[in-house]
Amino acid sequence: MMSHLLAIVITSAIFNNVILSQFLGVCPFLGVSKAISTAWGMGMAVTFVMVLASAITFFVQLLLVKAGVGYLQTLAFILVIAALVQMVEIMMKKLSPALYQALGIYLPLITTNCAVLGIALLAVKKNYGFVESIVYSFATAAGFTIAIVIFAGIREQMRFSKIPEAMQGVPIALITTGIMALAFMGFAGFKLPF
Amino acid sequence: MQLDYIKKELYRGVVTENPIFRIVLGMCPTLATTTNATNAVGMGISVIAVLTCSNAVISLLRNVIPNKVRIPAFIVVIATFVTVVDLLIAAFAPPLYEALGIFIPLIVVNCIILGRAEAFAAKNPVLPSIVDGVVMGVGFTAALVLIGALREFLGAGTLFGHAIAPFRNEFILMSLAPGAFITLGLVLAGINHLQRSAGK
Repeated sequence: MMSHLLAIVITSAIFNNVILSQFLGVCPFLGVSKAISTAWGMGMAVTFVMVLASAITFFVQLLLVKAGVGYLQTLAFILVIAALVQMVEIMMKKLSPALYQALGIYLPLITTNCAVLGIALLAVKKNYGFVESIVYSFATAAGFTIAIVIFAGIREQMRFSKIPEAMQGVPIALITTGIMALAFMGFAGFKLPF
Repeated sequence: MQLDYIKKELYRGVVTENPIFRIVLGMCPTLATTTNATNAVGMGISVIAVLTCSNAVISLLRNVIPNKVRIPAFIVVIATFVTVVDLLIAAFAPPLYEALGIFIPLIVVNCIILGRAEAFAAKNPVLPSIVDGVVMGVGFTAALVLIGALREFLGAGTLFGHAIAPFRNEFILMSLAPGAFITLGLVLAGINHLQRSAGK
C-alpha cells in the first residue's frame, strides 16, 4: 500500500506533471508567475483548494452514483468547487486573517483553474479510493507548485535579457515552458524500483 | 446587407477578436487537443456547439436571472450543454471521445465560454448572441486547427491523417507536450510581429 501511494506521488508530481505534460492549469501558471513569492502563494492556494475539492467531490460522486445520476458529474462538481472556493474565502477571512492575507487574492482565480476540476474528474476516472484521491491531488498540486516556482525563477532572470519585441510576454513564456517540459520529459524513461 | 453583417462578424471572431490569438484565453484545451488537426476540429466543433447554445439560452434568460447570482446561473447553463455534448460524442464518436478525454467536460471551465456569456449574451438579444457564439467558436476552431495542422505536419508528416510530407515521424517532439508550448509560443510571436508591422 505504502509503495503504491509513493508511486502515485512521484508519478503525478514529476513524471506526469500537471502543467508540463497534462496541460491543466496553464492560465494561472502564465498569469501569476512574475515573481517567486507570488508563485509560491499561488502554489499553496492551489494545494489547499485541490485537496479539499477532491475530498468533497469523492463523496459527491458516491452520492451521484447511488442516486443513479452519474451523468450530472460535470455539473455537480463545478458547482461544488465554485461554492467551496467561496466558502474557503469567507471562512479564512474570519478564522485566519494572516492566512487570508497570504492566499486570499489567489482564491477567486482558482475557480476558473481547470486543474481543480480536472483532477477531481481524473481521480474518479482512475477509480481511486478516498486515501488515494487525497494523495493524488496533493501530489499533483505539489507538482504544480514545483513547476510554477521554477518558472517564476526563470522569469525573474528573464527581466534582464533582451527579448525581441514580438516575443515579449506570452510567447516567450510559452517557449520557456516548452523547454521546461522537454527537461521534465527526461523523467519519462525512468522506472520506479518498486 | 445580411451577408455583409455575417462577413463582418466572422472577421471579428476569426481575426480582430480571436479568442486565442488576440485575447489569449483558453490555453489548456489549445495545448492539449492539438496533437493533430483531426482532434483540433473535434474540439472546435464541440466548443462551437456549447458556445452557441449557451449564448442563446443565457440571452433568453438575461432579464430573468438576478444580477447577483448570474455567474452560478451561467455555469449551470454551460455545464448542461457540456454534458449534452459529452454524451453525444461518447455515443457517436468514441475514438474522438478517447482522444479528447477529460478536455470535453473541462469545456465548462473554458474562460472563453463564460467570458462571452458575461460580455455579450447577458446584454444582447438572442439572434446577435447566437451569431456571436458561432463566430467566436469559429475563431477558436480556426486557431486550434492552425496549431493542430502545424504540429501534425511537423511531428508526424501527415495532415488529417494523410501522408503529405516526404518525412514521417522524424520530429516527434512536435506531437509531444513540449511541441505544444513551443508551437503556440512561436505562432503568437508571429502574429505579434505581423500586427506590429501592419501598425507601422
